[in-house]
Amino acid sequence: MDKYEKRVLYTGIVLMAIFLGAILYSSKVMGDDLPECLPGDALAYDKGEVTQLDEKTYQIKYIAKMWAFEPRVVEIPRGAEVDIFLTSKDVVHGFLIENTTVNMMAVYGALNKITYRFDKPGTYRIVCHEYCGVGHQDMAGVIIVK
Amino acid sequence: MLSQANRKIVLLELVIPIVLLILGVWQGLLQTLMRAGVIRDTAFGFDYYQGLTLHGVVNAVVLTTFFAVAFGNAIMEYYLKKKLNSTVNWLSFWLMLVGVLLAAFAIFTGRGSVLYTFYAPMIAHWTFYVGVTLLVVGSWVAFFNWFAPLRAWVKEHPGEKKPLAVLGMFATFIIWFIATVPVALDVLLLQLPQSLGLTPHINVSLSRVLFWFFGHPLVYFWLLPAYVMYYVMLPKLAGGKLYSDFAGRLVFFLFVLFSIPVGLHHQYTEPGYSREFKLLHGIFTFMVAIPSLITAFTVAATLEHGARRRGSRGLVGWMFNQPFFSREQWLFSYLIVGLIIFILGGIGGVINASYNINKVVHNTSWIPGHFHLTVGGPVLLAIWGMTLYMVAKLTGKTVQHKGLAVAVPWLWFFSMHFMSLGQKWEGILEAPRRTNMGLTYLNPDSPLFMPEWVLPSHMVAIGGILLFTTALIYFFVFFRTLAGQKVADPETTFEFPTGETLHDEKPGWVDKLKVWVVVSLILIAVAYVLPIKQAIDNSAKDAPPFKPDNPVPVVQMDK
Ligand code: HEM
Ligand SMILES: [Cu+2]
Ligand SMILES: [Cu+2]
Repeated sequence: MDKYEKRVLYTGIVLMAIFLGAILYSSKVMGDDLPECLPGDALAYDKGEVTQLDEKTYQIKYIAKMWAFEPRVVEIPRGAEVDIFLTSKDVVHGFLIENTTVNMMAVYGALNKITYRFDKPGTYRIVCHEYCGVGHQDMAGVIIVK
Repeated sequence: MLSQANRKIVLLELVIPIVLLILGVWQGLLQTLMRAGVIRDTAFGFDYYQGLTLHGVVNAVVLTTFFAVAFGNAIMEYYLKKKLNSTVNWLSFWLMLVGVLLAAFAIFTGRGSVLYTFYAPMIAHWTFYVGVTLLVVGSWVAFFNWFAPLRAWVKEHPGEKKPLAVLGMFATFIIWFIATVPVALDVLLLQLPQSLGLTPHINVSLSRVLFWFFGHPLVYFWLLPAYVMYYVMLPKLAGGKLYSDFAGRLVFFLFVLFSIPVGLHHQYTEPGYSREFKLLHGIFTFMVAIPSLITAFTVAATLEHGARRRGSRGLVGWMFNQPFFSREQWLFSYLIVGLIIFILGGIGGVINASYNINKVVHNTSWIPGHFHLTVGGPVLLAIWGMTLYMVAKLTGKTVQHKGLAVAVPWLWFFSMHFMSLGQKWEGILEAPRRTNMGLTYLNPDSPLFMPEWVLPSHMVAIGGILLFTTALIYFFVFFRTLAGQKVADPETTFEFPTGETLHDEKPGWVDKLKVWVVVSLILIAVAYVLPIKQAIDNSAKDAPPFKPDNPVPVVQMDK
């Protein structure tokens, strides 16, 4: 390897290290991390529902199924911190809440979880973004933040 | 200099997928129009998801696999100067062809609309799985057929380094072989038995981790034949010398190491696997960017060397002194345009791999926007260029309409950036991929209508029309060439343009295939043993099979 090649190699490694540092900082220090890994039966449920835990803390248990989210419509107050759980009753589904960083997959037998605080009022539409059969394009939900 | 049997087989392996690709890009066009709501639903007999399955299977699986096998078969005989066993070679061809026909049966009869990723627990007709398996096994057989000639060559050339093209194709197929084993287990032990009604339930998280063990190396299987062209053929076409042969070997080595233990970067947003391992796979993915950066440097240095030999001066003069539009070196344009497209393709890949940033783009339209700049860009153009080149050489004909042939990659460059930009725009606005949006999100009469997505989806549709038109020009040139007059004897005139090397270093251990495989297996063990265990532990129950058109699971006899 000549000196130019070595420089390219080192530049590449340094560049990737900088990216990695930024990712680690934003996920581990600023807290914008990936969904959590829980045992699939951690809170076995077979109905979608919303529970208020205390004044500002909510829990939504979502079930994705061909071709709807349960619950389909959820209302919560502004500023609510929500633990969102997600599983699937049949095939794989996607779950993306618009204008948030919530983006998860729903998998049969497995439980997904992310926590998100809804600071801005408005209507947040939820879209299924994994192909789940003939009705996939109809599969949507909504969270209304008042 | 290729044997007669091999010439015939390679020709078939090149022409068949190009014929199928006509259907493949036609479906691509329909997808862009249907997603934008320009045409609705089954306007042309095919359901959206049936067509999308066909698009993925033909373009990303059949075309790429057939090409890699054909290219490898030709490279082995040409550079090793040894005949391949023609019985084994034919066996490989027939396995692949029967596989394609079986899968086509499932798709065309509407029993295989599971997309080209066939995620459990959605099931297709058994012919889909058997078809895909035969295609893969056929490609393995071709690969096994290369070992004897290589061994004989090494014996006759003690101490010499292997031809770079041969090494590159071995890297391609080592990756392919290691990666297809887990997906074969997934298909043969989990999905096929379920499709046949033999096993009522399967573990979905396990099936998915096995699938993605394969899914990322798959993209390097697509890409590496193009890298072989960049290292071996491009220097000659550009009138220069390969800047460094060692760099080429190192790059292939790094790909074998780091293209496999990275599958969880497709599963960042999934339950079942811990964040520590997702991060580890993310870091390994960043490592795999490095060989591509080295390649960018080596190719640029090679082109610069060629231009300076032709008298270019100054800092940037060499960049413009290249046969970009040369009819003589028409193949150069396919390779260089692919490389330029790969700039954005590579940046997109790093974005996707970036752990939590993935949440912004995962499964949105951004993703097809990204990979049409990789598999639909450099990979497709390398395949198109080399297929045209080889078909002409194999039949002793000259390429017709060279002006049009040179226009194709440039038109593709423009059209593909146009479509891809539209898709990425849709994606940033959170439009889902793999969705027949024209029925709901882009249907003004639907309660789900999303007015913000109208503009970008129409941009995608215009891109689709431009791309399809470009593809028609390519097919025209291709079939005119095939139908042309025979002017040379392919027996004696078949050749690959092969560049010389500027810096020739001793490759040492980087030339040793055994070292590659051992280190690769160690990394795989580190990356995968625990995630597979997590998939098993974290899955509370196994899933029954579902067909895409029914929310009620398929009833099983033995339950
Ligand atoms: C005329 C040219 C093409 C057009 C207009 C086109 C268009 C599209 C569109 C719009 C999608 C997204 C559909 C959706 O997510 O709902 C798509 C998916 C895809 N395309 Fe293309 N494409 C073209 C050529 C190609 C080529 C040449 C390749 C590869 C060699 C390719 C590989 C793929 C793959 C692998 C998918 C993903 C399928 C899936 O998500 O299951 N496309 N294409
Ligand atoms: Cu869906
Ligand atoms: Cu990947």
